[in-house]
Amino acid sequence: MEPNPLFTRSKEIRQDNWGRWLCYISVSILLLLVVTIIYFISSKGIQTFTKNHVSVWSFLTTADWNTGTLSGGKTDLGALALMTTSFVTTMLAAALATPLAFVIGIYVVALQPKFGQKFVQPIIELLLGIPSVVYGFIGLTVLVPIIRQHFGGTGFGILAGALILALMILPTITSLAIESMRSVDPSYQKFAYTLGCTRWQVIYHVILRISAKKLVVAVIYGVARAFGEALAVQMVIGNTVQMATSLVSPTATLTSKLTTDIGNTIDGTLPNNALWTLALILLLISLAFNLIVKGFTKGDRAA
Amino acid sequence: MNRYLIDRICRWLIYAVVATVVALILLFVGFLIAKGWSTVNWQFLTTASDDGLGIRDQLFNSLYLLILTLILSCPIALGSAIALTIYGEKSRFASVAKMAIQALSSLPSIIIGLFGFLLLVLKFKIGFSVLSGAIALTFFNLPILTQSMSLAIATVPSSRLDAGISLGVSQWHTIIKVVLPEAIPGMISGIVLSAGRVFGEAAALIYTAGQSAPKLNYGNWNIFDSNSFLNPLRPAETLAVHIWKLNTESIGPDAEVISQGTIVVLILTIVAFNFLARQLAHHWQHKIYR
Repeated sequence: MEPNPLFTRSKEIRQDNWGRWLCYISVSILLLLVVTIIYFISSKGIQTFTKNHVSVWSFLTTADWNTGTLSGGKTDLGALALMTTSFVTTMLAAALATPLAFVIGIYVVALQPKFGQKFVQPIIELLLGIPSVVYGFIGLTVLVPIIRQHFGGTGFGILAGALILALMILPTITSLAIESMRSVDPSYQKFAYTLGCTRWQVIYHVILRISAKKLVVAVIYGVARAFGEALAVQMVIGNTVQMATSLVSPTATLTSKLTTDIGNTIDGTLPNNALWTLALILLLISLAFNLIVKGFTKGDRAA
Repeated sequence: MNRYLIDRICRWLIYAVVATVVALILLFVGFLIAKGWSTVNWQFLTTASDDGLGIRDQLFNSLYLLILTLILSCPIALGSAIALTIYGEKSRFASVAKMAIQALSSLPSIIIGLFGFLLLVLKFKIGFSVLSGAIALTFFNLPILTQSMSLAIATVPSSRLDAGISLGVSQWHTIIKVVLPEAIPGMISGIVLSAGRVFGEAAALIYTAGQSAPKLNYGNWNIFDSNSFLNPLRPAETLAVHIWKLNTESIGPDAEVISQGTIVVLILTIVAFNFLARQLAHHWQHKIYR
């Protein structure tokens, strides 16, 4: 008996289901990727604590990193110095880049939109395209010698790292700041002008006030980028695990330690596991940045 | 001090700061180009690094990895973008997926590189190779590409889909024949922009594609030979990794000169990519909304 055409699936429906499956499979690959990354790095990272029995507390609160000298179950592994350097360098970079980024944002959005959009913004965004190793190279060959000459020390250290990072995150913060300032409803500005406000009063009391929340998000994005940057920092920070005594003494960040050492340690040993723990910390902190951004943009339509 | 004076002072301060920053950036980029300009010539581009001043194999590796990465990442990104913007626009699944993609895009590239090292080099034993590098770069590229493709598709009015339904064709048919062609300008510029990012990436590659560039034989088309340029299982140092490697380990006599030349090649390529993306977007826009 011929099947009734009313009860069979039409070609269109079959085609549609096919396409739908194809698309959902690609999304699933992406989701699987995120889950695997978190799973792999975590399972490797907690081995320092589960297999090598390093205490979590001492790992997070001591600053010495001696993988060689292990005696009597006592370990000398602490990530405090690395984490401190990472945070200090990042914050310093953000503190340097943020005011400049906001000023450029104000210029492009409120003062000279035409010229700003045509020339200033593309020039700033030119920096976005430059690879991080190039910043590292410039830091190494130009910045470090200058710092050595004027501030003493070897030139390697937090100051060099922060300056390079500031340059790297300047375009990130600027682009986002421009976007958020531009999203301020122009009718508010017109309203303020009709009340007799000067240009600066409109900028300060209207544009900056209204976009304040988004500006904070812009800065957090910049900070997150700086925190995860590896190679450029690694080239100028000096790579010695110790609490920095000054801005020009060699030290190391989470990322620089990972970059330098992961290839030099043997898989499965304590020195190697400890590095994966650093990777886990890095992963958790960047996920935390994500949550903070999420918290800030909660009420907004577009995220 | 009255408010007009404050206004004037603030504005002049802003002008001064912007002028200084722009001048410094131009100086910085100009310095980079000027320093390496004299190094770059045909011989520099076509000599193997073992034979003297040259980046032939690194340049080829960079391009080879870029092409493989785009081949791997474009279909997945396109499928995900369609699923997120059209099929599951308001579903719970899509919002979870969007969050995951956001998280993935904000992960440091060194984390992607280490994950690639763990999964591909240690677990699957592919070794430091072109293939590992291309897959790691795909991981790195996927979230960004998916986001830009989603944006491009979202600009197409949803009335196209309704029209398709009223004509009795499948939604898939409408997507392939109407929505995607309309979204192509945005997608192409997204792809080209991401290509620039991939081209300069190093942190994701040092522990996946490796840090050595064996001399390649460009006449050997047998992809299973270890010196064939097409062999996907050989280690492949790219331009960006080359710069890093030259300046961190065993600084040779020519390290600085080679780095400066390589930087010029890298930056000019990336600027060309970005320029192309802008032009393509512009060109296509005119074509469609003529």
